[in-house]
Amino acid sequence: MSRAALDEFRDAVAAHEATASVVEAAGLRAELEGIVDGLAVGAPLPFDGVSLEGLPVSLDPTPAELEAAEYGVTGAKLGLADYGTVAVRADPAGTEPVSLFCDTHVAVVAASTVEERVDAAFDTLAADARTDRPSVVLATGPSATADMGELVYGVHGPSNVHVVVLSDR
Amino acid sequence: MSAESRDAKAARIRRLLETEGDAVAENTKGFNAGRYETVADLEDYEGLKDAAREIKEDAIERLPELVERVTAAVEENGGRVYVAEDAADANRYVREVVESKGAETVVKSKSMTSEELDVNEALEAVGVRPVETDLGEWVLQVADEAPSHLVAPAIHRSRGAIADLFEETFDPDEPLGTAEELTRFAREKLWEDVRTADVGMTGANFVAAESGTLMLVTSEGNARKCALVPDTHVAVAGIEKLVPSVAEFRPFVELLARSGTGQDITSYVSMLTPPVDSPTIDFEDAADVPLSEQAGEREFHLVLVDNGRWAMREDPQLRETLYCVRCSACANSCANFQHVGGHAFGGDTYTGGIATGWESGIGGEGAAADFNDLCTGCSRCVNACPVRIDIPWINTVVRDRLNRGHDPDAFDHLVDGLTPDEEPAGLDPQKRLFGNFETLARLGSATAPLSNWIASAGPVRALLERVAGVDRRRDLPSFERESLVDWFQARGGPSVDRDDAAREAVLYPDVYTNYALTDRGKAAVRALEALDVRVLVPDVPGSGRAPLSQGMIATAESKAHEVRDRLRPHLAAGRDLVVIEPSDLAMFEREYERLLPHEDYETLAANSYEAFEYVYGLLANGADPNALESGDDRPVDYHAHCQQRTQGLEGHTVSVLSDLGFDVTTSDVECCGMAGSFGYKREYYDLSMDVGSDLREQFDDDALVAASGTSCVEQLGDLLSRPAVHPIELIAPR
Repeated sequence: MSRAALDEFRDAVAAHEATASVVEAAGLRAELEGIVDGLAVGAPLPFDGVSLEGLPVSLDPTPAELEAAEYGVTGAKLGLADYGTVAVRADPAGTEPVSLFCDTHVAVVAASTVEERVDAAFDTLAADARTDRPSVVLATGPSATADMGELVYGVHGPSNVHVVVLSDR
Repeated sequence: MSAESRDAKAARIRRLLETEGDAVAENTKGFNAGRYETVADLEDYEGLKDAAREIKEDAIERLPELVERVTAAVEENGGRVYVAEDAADANRYVREVVESKGAETVVKSKSMTSEELDVNEALEAVGVRPVETDLGEWVLQVADEAPSHLVAPAIHRSRGAIADLFEETFDPDEPLGTAEELTRFAREKLWEDVRTADVGMTGANFVAAESGTLMLVTSEGNARKCALVPDTHVAVAGIEKLVPSVAEFRPFVELLARSGTGQDITSYVSMLTPPVDSPTIDFEDAADVPLSEQAGEREFHLVLVDNGRWAMREDPQLRETLYCVRCSACANSCANFQHVGGHAFGGDTYTGGIATGWESGIGGEGAAADFNDLCTGCSRCVNACPVRIDIPWINTVVRDRLNRGHDPDAFDHLVDGLTPDEEPAGLDPQKRLFGNFETLARLGSATAPLSNWIASAGPVRALLERVAGVDRRRDLPSFERESLVDWFQARGGPSVDRDDAAREAVLYPDVYTNYALTDRGKAAVRALEALDVRVLVPDVPGSGRAPLSQGMIATAESKAHEVRDRLRPHLAAGRDLVVIEPSDLAMFEREYERLLPHEDYETLAANSYEAFEYVYGLLANGADPNALESGDDRPVDYHAHCQQRTQGLEGHTVSVLSDLGFDVTTSDVECCGMAGSFGYKREYYDLSMDVGSDLREQFDDDALVAASGTSCVEQLGDLLSRPAVHPIELIAPR
């Protein structure tokens, strides 16, 4: 993706009450160590040469850990530049629960999969639906409600979202 | 309707205005403003709407095939599809699934379809506890109330009212005050139910037939949890939610949230193909077992609900309702809804303008009888609807059917088959009076000023109020003895020579301009003649707007034919048609499409112009603005007519007035609240004035007041202490 699109993505993430950082794959470990400051669970990241092994992140967590953890680290299938959205897959490794139950969701996305146009992202999603029939959640910012009379972040889902973009993936 | 039931209805509306009006107004106006803002960011909003419309049209056309395809796809995925004939059938199926799981608790995410089915009652009847996990729905469940809005079901309750409810019901340890505290309290309480529930229920915004994928548009995260935590997932959706494939979700991802709550996107757009691949999660009995070793098995049921929808599909007038994506734009953009909310403007389940279509499709027209009149046909929802449904037309058709009092369950009485001038004998006297306003105006003018004295006399007003429900707090139109057409003939017809004329135009003598507000008609003649237009004012009957607004479609249709016949020679001679009253112009350009043969409609629509649209065009083509009155920097408060704005014709008036030197302030309310005859009706007077109060606040100064619509002029006259005129009266040479 272009520099401009990356900036657009970061701006859109910020506009939706989330935060973003951009690192090279080699710097991810240090980046996550800086972010994760408490009990954390994770799902394996689907990027070449990148792993959560060795970090204080419980992979293949138990339900009790899911309930107790403050941070959930997952990969994202793609991003939407216009909206600051990440696509989270509901896969057997537990990406969906890890992204949903903790107060802070840390989503890692490869820069090459951040789509500048919604149409392009949909071409991918629609093609996948035809073949693998996956389940995907387009997640944008924290969970929110205005049902209690004012806008509140953090309802049934996370109240904080941080997106880490891998600039060389 | 009897005088007593009018009074009862008025009292009920007054009570809702007092108790729920403020909360509803704040929320819906916020959503509506957000819609304007967020759709403006789209590169091609109109193109997305076209795509959305096309997808829904195609899907409803192919519905039988899509039902077959989704059944095969879901079965291939390992789930089951059940097509339920009606609510009882759907509830029976859901109950059987729930009982087969031995479930005690069912957690639900927000689903209007499940509200339609009354699934909760059906589950409670067999000892199962349904728990609504959407915070708004949960408030309603605790309070035992019906939704007042399609998307934000509890908007009628303020934060304070919710806090009081929770205090009363739960007596919490810590007092609950802020939205933050209320949300946290609800989340913690609901999580206890989610983590232990045996069955999760969701709705679906769309269902892709090809892959069995559900699209769920949410923000709280509860729908994700309901689909994920319990091993068994039951989704209920109307059959109209089917689209061919995930590719067809695309325009709705960008349109739905913008159209509804004015957000560019909601927090979560889930595209789930259940049973999902996520591991099962047993928080109770396997809390220390890693996800990879969780032993549960996922089960999925898709309940597709008919409940009247197949019949709607076969009904050419109600079919469009099935394109509805329940975004709530029609409610949020509706001035009446903004003020009174869905507890008045809605039926058992559905609320807002489109509710008439849904409720009569599901429960027969009678189910829409109580609230159908709250649609005034102002048409502000028409451009707001992301699938371009003609919501005012659906309301008109159902009103017509209600007038006729047919068997509410039968849909075989289509308007096409009606004979003109055969409005039913049992037609409500109020509707008959307003629908036949033209006859009244003709008689009133012929006998003026006597008719005006009689009409304003106390006993007559009392009688009118009792028999026809005309509120006596309103001034009645005052008729002129000399109609505009008579005046024009008396002065000798056209005054611009054909050879000197830049153009030739027929000024349409609408009923109000012809018999009551003749000044604006004469001003229009002067203004156009000053710009070298050869003006004719022939005798042409009313457009049919008045009867149409009362649901008298056959009468409106016969009017349309008369108007066409009368105007045909003029249009054939190349004359333009200039229209002062925006609601009549909207008839020619919108509704006549349904009332006239297509070619006749096209000719008429193509040659019709709103008065200022026409003046704007003349000036743009070189006419001399100095021939018109100068504004001399005088301030003007200008309110464009609702239908005029729907047709994109507000800007012409503002532009011409500004160019002539007027200092123009425009209103930003959707409608003045009068809306033709609506504000005259006794049962709606308070609502009409409440809607108008927005306009009063905006025009709280001493500027000149101008409005393009007759009823807006009257409403402004009642709201402000200074008179309102048509803007043409400001620019016409004296």
